[in-house]
Amino acid sequence: MQILRAINNWLKNFAYELQRLFFFSLRMLAALFGQPFYVTETLEQMYLIGVGSLYLLVLTGVFAGQGLALAFSVELADYGAKSYLGRIMAIAIIRELGPILAGLMIAARVAAGITAEIGAMKSSNQLDAMIAFGIDPIRKIAVPRLIALVIMVPALTIICDAIAILGAYFVAVFVAHVTSTTYWTNVRGRLIFGNIFIGLLKPFVFSFIIAFISCYKGFTSEGGTKGVGRATTNSVVMASITILIVNFFITKVIFSLIKGYL
Amino acid sequence: MIELREVSFSYSDKPVLRNVSFRVEPSEAVVVMGPSGSGKSTILRLILGLENPQQGQVLIDGQDISALKEKTKREIRKKIGMVFQEGALFDSLTVGENVGYYLLEHTKLSFEAISHRVCQMLGFVGLNADEVVDKLPEQLSGGMRGRVAIGRALLSTDPKIMLYDEPTTGLDPQATDKVLDLIKKLHQEKSVSSIAVTHQIVDAFAMADRFIVIYEGEVAFDGSLAELRNCQDDRVRAFLDPFRASFTGVARRGFVDGL
Repeated sequence: MQILRAINNWLKNFAYELQRLFFFSLRMLAALFGQPFYVTETLEQMYLIGVGSLYLLVLTGVFAGQGLALAFSVELADYGAKSYLGRIMAIAIIRELGPILAGLMIAARVAAGITAEIGAMKSSNQLDAMIAFGIDPIRKIAVPRLIALVIMVPALTIICDAIAILGAYFVAVFVAHVTSTTYWTNVRGRLIFGNIFIGLLKPFVFSFIIAFISCYKGFTSEGGTKGVGRATTNSVVMASITILIVNFFITKVIFSLIKGYL
Repeated sequence: MIELREVSFSYSDKPVLRNVSFRVEPSEAVVVMGPSGSGKSTILRLILGLENPQQGQVLIDGQDISALKEKTKREIRKKIGMVFQEGALFDSLTVGENVGYYLLEHTKLSFEAISHRVCQMLGFVGLNADEVVDKLPEQLSGGMRGRVAIGRALLSTDPKIMLYDEPTTGLDPQATDKVLDLIKKLHQEKSVSSIAVTHQIVDAFAMADRFIVIYEGEVAFDGSLAELRNCQDDRVRAFLDPFRASFTGVARRGFVDGL
């Protein structure tokens, strides 16, 4: 009986949290279209998120691409199909690996930073001070981060894709002994509308997920320093899990919608 | 003029204020005292419209701020300067940017004009502008941060009402004196109404001549220092007794005898 009650409470709290997140996200979207628009803050966030995450995405991309290429090259060699390595790498990286890696890395680095920063501002009354000075904190703090993420996550994903394909190239040529021309011809062959569309749609959606969850967790954090720490952890976990779940559904839905273009 | 009428407020299921009523006239200085967690700071949040009461009205110059839309609340807030606990300075901005925050955000004044007014304000609150204007809040002492917070509140819209949330908590005696002097100077020179919330009783006596004691969310006392001395309410005595006991000898005779 106690277990049922606990499950019931957990479900209720989960539904309540989801409802609050939904309404908070609507407020953020509504604030996107109002005045004033904070240009300096947006550019600053684009720099912090974009340039700040670049090294992480480059490192992740190159090693993930090489690792994947190594694994595939061994399997493909068994079937005498090593020449298809470029084709498989392009599909795997552009459709799945690139968006997922970029999404998770940015969720870990940026979502944590956003939640911690907003949470610290909340616990030291800086958000209330803003309201007292006639500033809407959602417009001033959350919207610039949302816009910066919507622009930078797809951009970083493209870079991550390119670096991963390049990393895989070195494995293909120097380890699997596929010729350079074969590899790049295969890669180019899969740079088609369907793959690129999925590869860009995913980071676009992920950027909203990261922005909504990280800002929501920051604005609703409670309980001082400990509360901010808890909110930050929850923010990264929630954003990462949501990205993985949404990724699956995007792949599933888009596959059935644009099958002919793939 | 500020008036709270039968205000009750609770966070989720936890009641914080019950039927709180009082009125602050223009140019009057009032201190709200009470133990930690008694709901003092919530009163300031209600006056500023950061929270809405479940029952009752919070009137600012006759307008119930809790019944207004956010846009109209912003207009009402222009009459109010708020000094938050520990200053609540924006830690990513310099002292100058903090003090000139309102002007930078809401006016089209030139940077030079804002800088000039910021330096004037820093002088008014007793700080050397050249020394502190480019520093970050974390590089200042607690007392200096308190004075910057007061300067920031003053340079917003030349407020007619000042709210202070625990302005001296955590400060050493010297810094406390400076902040209290500034609050008194402000009251005398600018004739603003002020409500200060504190649990530091000695500081409360220096800030006002009317005192409200909040005990477990209710107004346990509202009156002058002389009336406070003669108050026999158990809740008020319970709040003041530990304070009396902490003073002995000369300090006791000077400060608290008769309380």
